[in-house]
Amino acid sequence: MTIEDRLARLIGPAPDGLAEGVALGTGLVEGYDLYPSAIGTVAVTFNPEGVSSLDLAESDFATRFTSRTGKGLIRAEAPSAWRRHLPTAIEAGTPGRVPIDLRMVTPFQESVLRVTTQIPRGEVRPYGWLAKEVHRPGATRAVGSVMARNPIPLMIPCHRVVRSDGHMGNYSLGGPHLKLHLLEHEGADPGRLERLAEGQVRVQGDPATRVFCHPTCHVIRSTAESDRVDFRSTEVAEASGYRPCHICRPV
Amino acid sequence: MDDLNQSLADDLDHAFPMVVELMGGRLYWGLRRMSGSHQEAEDLTQETLIRAYTALGGYETGRINSLRLEPWVWTIALNLGRNHLRDRARRPTFVGLLDDAAVSDTDPAETHAWDQRLTGLSRAQRTAVVLRHVVGLGIEEISEITGRPAGTIKADIHRGLNRLRTIMEEEQ
Repeated sequence: MTIEDRLARLIGPAPDGLAEGVALGTGLVEGYDLYPSAIGTVAVTFNPEGVSSLDLAESDFATRFTSRTGKGLIRAEAPSAWRRHLPTAIEAGTPGRVPIDLRMVTPFQESVLRVTTQIPRGEVRPYGWLAKEVHRPGATRAVGSVMARNPIPLMIPCHRVVRSDGHMGNYSLGGPHLKLHLLEHEGADPGRLERLAEGQVRVQGDPATRVFCHPTCHVIRSTAESDRVDFRSTEVAEASGYRPCHICRPV
Repeated sequence: MDDLNQSLADDLDHAFPMVVELMGGRLYWGLRRMSGSHQEAEDLTQETLIRAYTALGGYETGRINSLRLEPWVWTIALNLGRNHLRDRARRPTFVGLLDDAAVSDTDPAETHAWDQRLTGLSRAQRTAVVLRHVVGLGIEEISEITGRPAGTIKADIHRGLNRLRTIMEEEQ
């Protein structure tokens, strides 16, 4: 056999996993991996742009993902550039160093979701606050439907967004009981918040500084509950000579 | 290839897996024989195909139709520098099956022997010999891919094969 013949035999099929690697690298399919969270195991999906969705792992998440995006899903490791930050992002309830891919949503939805990531752990804000923060004060209902379709719950903490009357409201990731569980896990005391909502308390003021806040804002938390003045609206608070907190910008 | 070009122009996402199917093994084994490393060949093959997909996404139909796919893909492969490893960190990785054992290699001992022999050639000779005799491309195509004159390619192949004959004689 000539050397040319021997060289011609040095070719073979592609190594296993190449097609999958290319499909993941081009984003033609997305990868998913499972992570623990305060409400059980969750499935996180990702592509080269970042995390694209998060869902409860015990539900039929792969079918839901494919019917929503038209893309296939295969088990994979998240990109090594940010993989190690993923457990922190899920537990902390904010993307932090993990890039998030919001190309599937409209610019309005994206701006609402980005503002949601700024709500601190252990605090809640009403839908109306989000609407005002994205400069669409009349869009409270639209903000509610953005929350209901949040593609990356937990990391985009829609569980920290409550109804404008102060009640906890619904939760897209498995139902309202998980929202309460998450808020308790983060130290927000949903029982207290429901009692304030029942008493029609929207904001609370500190008589010493004459500043009023959302009841979970860390500024008002330094004042004992018994020392705080309850108001049923920001208008009443301002009429009583109080000014709004610059940190939580109450609505 | 013309039908494939048309399919790529019509629906890139649908047709691209056919490019991977068609080119994956040829790219991998060609790069494997050039580099002597499974890991490097695997990384480069994957990166080449991902870049090909991205590039095709930005091309007009006419440009896709006039592409000669295989030399074009090989040009991408040979142009990829070391900095391709930076991008790799930004991509999801398929889990499992990526070690050497997963390579469909019918004769690992023979593979290892050839990895050794080919390292005895200069880089230009190795590239030319592998593209001509392992991958089976023509002189003109190799000239186009490497940007070197056809005469130089012929000389590289001639000298490379002579060198390989010497190395194999020395083995006996």
